[in-house]
Amino acid sequence: MRLVLERRAERSKLMTWLSPLLAVGLTLVTGAVIFSLMGLDPARALYVYFLEPVLWWWSLEELVVKAAPLVLIGVGLAVCFRANVWNIGAEGQLTMGALFGSALPILWHEFQSFPVMVLMLALGALGGALYAAIPAFLRTRFGTNEILTSLMLVYVAQLIADWFIRGPWRDPAGFNFPKSVQFEGWQLLPTLGDGRIHLGAGLALVAVAVLYVVMSRTLKGFEVRVVGTAPRAGTFAGFSSKRMVWFCLLLSGGLAGLAGICEVAGPSGHLQPAISPGYGFTAIIVAFLGRLNPVGVLVAGVMLGISYLGGEAAQIDLGISDKTAQVFQGILLFFILACDTLILYRIRLLRPHTA
Amino acid sequence: MTGLEAVILTIITASTPLLLAAIGELVVERSGVLNLGVEGMMVVGAVCGFATAYTTGSPYLGVLAGVLAGMGMALLFGFLTQSLATNQVASGLALTLLGLGLSGVIGESFTGLPGVKLQPLDIPVLSDIPFLGPILFGQDVLVYTSFALVFAVSYTMSRTRTGLVIRAVGDNHHSAHALGYNVIAVRYGCILFGGACAGLAGAYLSLAYTPQWVENMTSGRGWIALALVVFATWIARRVLIGAYLFGAVWIMGLYAQALGIGIPSQVLSSFPYLITILVLVLISRNRTLTKINTPACIGQTFVPDR
Repeated sequence: MRLVLERRAERSKLMTWLSPLLAVGLTLVTGAVIFSLMGLDPARALYVYFLEPVLWWWSLEELVVKAAPLVLIGVGLAVCFRANVWNIGAEGQLTMGALFGSALPILWHEFQSFPVMVLMLALGALGGALYAAIPAFLRTRFGTNEILTSLMLVYVAQLIADWFIRGPWRDPAGFNFPKSVQFEGWQLLPTLGDGRIHLGAGLALVAVAVLYVVMSRTLKGFEVRVVGTAPRAGTFAGFSSKRMVWFCLLLSGGLAGLAGICEVAGPSGHLQPAISPGYGFTAIIVAFLGRLNPVGVLVAGVMLGISYLGGEAAQIDLGISDKTAQVFQGILLFFILACDTLILYRIRLLRPHTA
Repeated sequence: MTGLEAVILTIITASTPLLLAAIGELVVERSGVLNLGVEGMMVVGAVCGFATAYTTGSPYLGVLAGVLAGMGMALLFGFLTQSLATNQVASGLALTLLGLGLSGVIGESFTGLPGVKLQPLDIPVLSDIPFLGPILFGQDVLVYTSFALVFAVSYTMSRTRTGLVIRAVGDNHHSAHALGYNVIAVRYGCILFGGACAGLAGAYLSLAYTPQWVENMTSGRGWIALALVVFATWIARRVLIGAYLFGAVWIMGLYAQALGIGIPSQVLSSFPYLITILVLVLISRNRTLTKINTPACIGQTFVPDR
């Protein structure tokens, strides 16, 4: 038996929508197989992993908290990947955003009135965008591949954050723990009621709405799609690919930075070495699962959020490592990519010719 | 042991994993495939190598397990990018994300356990020569393997028919296909070789460099290996120079830390990453140098028409 790809005459509309569902389905089946290999009841394990997180109000709240940064970063990356700009350093931009935004409450702790929040968010976005400007500059000025530079900068950002948190920004009254002072008043993001859902979720929704309009209704969105799918045609149309690199990296970096400061000023309330559980990398999967489409990213962000919660729940209820969540996320991305082949190709299995 | 001797010995251990991973990726890229999953294959190789060596007590079985694990991961990548024609950049990222997660799960029960160290070969008589002896003849088998691989790859790529076919496939897959070469099969072979090398590099980390398992212990070495291939402009012997340059930088950071120079440890730890960026910039500035040697079809998918 041989597997052969046969190009379709045009992109399959049906498969464009079916492929992510298929990928999720296949991931669940693979999950069931893995769970039963681990000696667990697959039905119960899948229930704990993927259903329980959406059955209770408190866990739904937690889901929104987890999905917000994923969506914020994911929509930015979706635009990037559309334009064939490979920013994979969102985790570093998130860290920088968190650092920039935290500068105000840490260095000027008495400033607790409303403007501080606006300034913090602005600084967060600025930090992320500035950090993403480094690979953008290197790519446009010297032609250096942005994949490797943006990724290397993740490690550097985490080391810078580590230095600040263990060094000058450590809480003097914090018993030597590596964390900053607790934020107060408007230094913390407002929450929905007394719950955990914070302003970051609202910002994520705004980002999705704005980018949806930009991508589908404006010239800029058209430019992104043309430069991404047919760079030569883009050049003839007068679209500058350098400008596109800048636009994509600043946009996605800014959004990642915003997600970073929202994490610090939202759920955690202080700066600490572990700012995010790898949201910047998971957002890559979110962008692909969401079809590189802002609205799709919203749905995908929620689904990947479930996998984080499921990982935590599985650790408590089933006694398995919460790192299985990361494995599921990786498997999911594989299946998405594999299923996307069906959009452009038909798959045929051929028997070997005997002649 | 003199100070200089110790420095050289540690530089060798720091450079070997980079060299192993980079020489494998070089062959992959020469065949026109960009596998960004080096970090993932390496970390799975590291954990499988450690786990096998710990359970069986034999570091050599550990090395074998690391190689097989790396190849297994590479096969996954090969199936996706070659048989299903998926985007190579995205598939490579997927491989790295999966590898980091998988190694975390496999390695959880092995964290903090004492490892099995791959012992140096200590070639008799020769390794007793002062200074040069331990450096040249007192290494473990993987260090020698890494050098052998550089020469083998260098020779194969420039002097043999196999190398010519690999380069043809990487430079123009349509022509190679028209000439009757099985582009997909050649690329599968190269991808598997790259996986084996990355697995070997991972096994070296967890069996020789620091014989233990620490989560994410590759700490970006897979990505640096990718940068090394660009630095070497896809020429095998330059990978050797690059790997040792980076190994030296890595070790200098550690020594400076130990000496307690008034620089924060974080600054020193960030050196390898910053130097990688610097080197990439310097190389990519020279457009002609990169243009001449870059495999023309790198990263492009190929679907043979029937």
